Amino acid sequence: MSSITDRIAVRGPIGGRLNLGWAFVERQTNLWKRYWAWELVWLVYGVVNTLAITFIAEEAEQAGIAGSEGAAGLVIFLLLGTLVWAYLSAVLDDISLVITWERWEGTIEHTLMAPVSRAIHLIGMSVFGVLHAIVRTLLIFAIAVPFFSVDLGQADWFAAAVVILVGSVSVAGLGILTGVLPLLYPERGTQMSFMLQAVVLLVSGVYYSVEVLPGWLRVFAYISPATYILDGIRGAVIDGRGVVDLWETLITLALFGAVLVPGGIAVFSVAEPWAKKTGQLKRQG
Amino acid sequence: MNSLAAKATDVNKYFGGGFDYRRLIPVGGSRNGKKGPVQVLHGVSFEIHRGEIFGLIGANGSGKSTLVRIMSTLLLPDSGDVRIFGLDVVQESSQVRTLINRVSADPSFFRNMSALENLLFFGRVYGLSPGKIRQRLPGILERLGFEFERASEPMSHLSRGQQQKIAVARSFLTSPILMLLDEPTTGLDPRSKRDVQAFIRQVRQEHDSTILLTTHDMEEAELLCDRISFIAGGRIVAEGTPLELRQRVANGRPLNEINMETVFMELTGKRLEEDEERVEVMAGV
Repeated sequence: MSSITDRIAVRGPIGGRLNLGWAFVERQTNLWKRYWAWELVWLVYGVVNTLAITFIAEEAEQAGIAGSEGAAGLVIFLLLGTLVWAYLSAVLDDISLVITWERWEGTIEHTLMAPVSRAIHLIGMSVFGVLHAIVRTLLIFAIAVPFFSVDLGQADWFAAAVVILVGSVSVAGLGILTGVLPLLYPERGTQMSFMLQAVVLLVSGVYYSVEVLPGWLRVFAYISPATYILDGIRGAVIDGRGVVDLWETLITLALFGAVLVPGGIAVFSVAEPWAKKTGQLKRQG
Repeated sequence: MNSLAAKATDVNKYFGGGFDYRRLIPVGGSRNGKKGPVQVLHGVSFEIHRGEIFGLIGANGSGKSTLVRIMSTLLLPDSGDVRIFGLDVVQESSQVRTLINRVSADPSFFRNMSALENLLFFGRVYGLSPGKIRQRLPGILERLGFEFERASEPMSHLSRGQQQKIAVARSFLTSPILMLLDEPTTGLDPRSKRDVQAFIRQVRQEHDSTILLTTHDMEEAELLCDRISFIAGGRIVAEGTPLELRQRVANGRPLNEINMETVFMELTGKRLEEDEERVEVMAGV
């Protein structure tokens, strides 16, 4: 009996539990290496998307819609918008698609019956999502920037990194929330999570400032963490605002993270028994 | 010391039907053509003693895998009680998961990851260090007749039999106290089947393991199991040692003339193949 009590005893120190979470980061990294061609596709798509949208600013100048100074401002505004969106969508995709992927491979049952807490499991997947999205976005940035003459001399890169770091927590929480959809709806959950992403894209001021939105829609901008991430990044890179200047944005993002991560895990923990009640964990595909 | 490894009491499970508010109206029933829920387990009760190999025999669709999923904490029963070493699989699922592992007929893996990468991941989420996993694996794979050198190949390059051996290795790697083997040899060639069966026997002899084996292979059941339950249409219809089951249907005939196929037919009123054919017709195969 001792082996049974030993086994069900609470797992060791926090380091041991973090190690369990890191297993998910390693697994996703291995998958990423094996599916490098897909990564290449998404990188090309990200670069093309960034260029296509940012060239609109160049067109604005050539068509006389904006002066050269205004157009230069628009270039960097759109460039940062597309890059931040590439980052946010990569994090959200990574977390929600992995549920669909695991169901397709049939591994979801084995993953969910492993004795690892759901919080550690989801945080592990989120950490990979954030690291993966940072690498991909930096590559897009490095490839896209030489196409435009942008002045980044005044940027406070440290403040931008802090905004990304703090903002990533709330985005991970949002990703965990959207990851519930493919868990509950095997056939259309992924599409539903794309729909939610589209709403975040619409209301968060990715390609325009939220002030242009109708009043009723602007309400949603205030409850989207992406709005504050974009504000913070643009403030740091365009206006050269430092961490101290951005404290309000950072506090807001931290609050979003403090609500969305536990909230996402709690919702997932409610959805999982429902999926188990209705037999939704069986292999699909 | 608890001599019962598992106990199921009056377990019922329904699938499908969804929620239809019109079912709440007593007259007329469902009016939108939806079928009601289908009961797949009908008051199933059984006990598995510690250290034994307990066979659950039934055709496809008889409820074997549903029961295994419930015991694996992957499916919630609609009523009844299932306990693993005294722990409730619903209320104490996280503790139960530390004691069990499962092999299913479908060896679900990340197909583009190597066997070793898959095993490292699934071992790590059970708290094993990469070093421990690498230390244990060669021995397990060798006993299963799998060349360790091939463990670095992607799963998709391996044959069905080799993949199933990796699935068996994944489960035994974590040294479960209760192993749930859900048709582990279905679809395997005779050599692979013998390898897996020999491995199961060895593990039972050498370790403090209890095994639930579901199969529709009568020879396998007789070869491996200490006690057997027959399940048909979601109901347990007979239970006993292979000898007791033979004696039950002997009616004066010599026991060595009665095989388990005959026992199944006489106790359930049908041949295994009949049930399988019926399931295949229902599934449109």
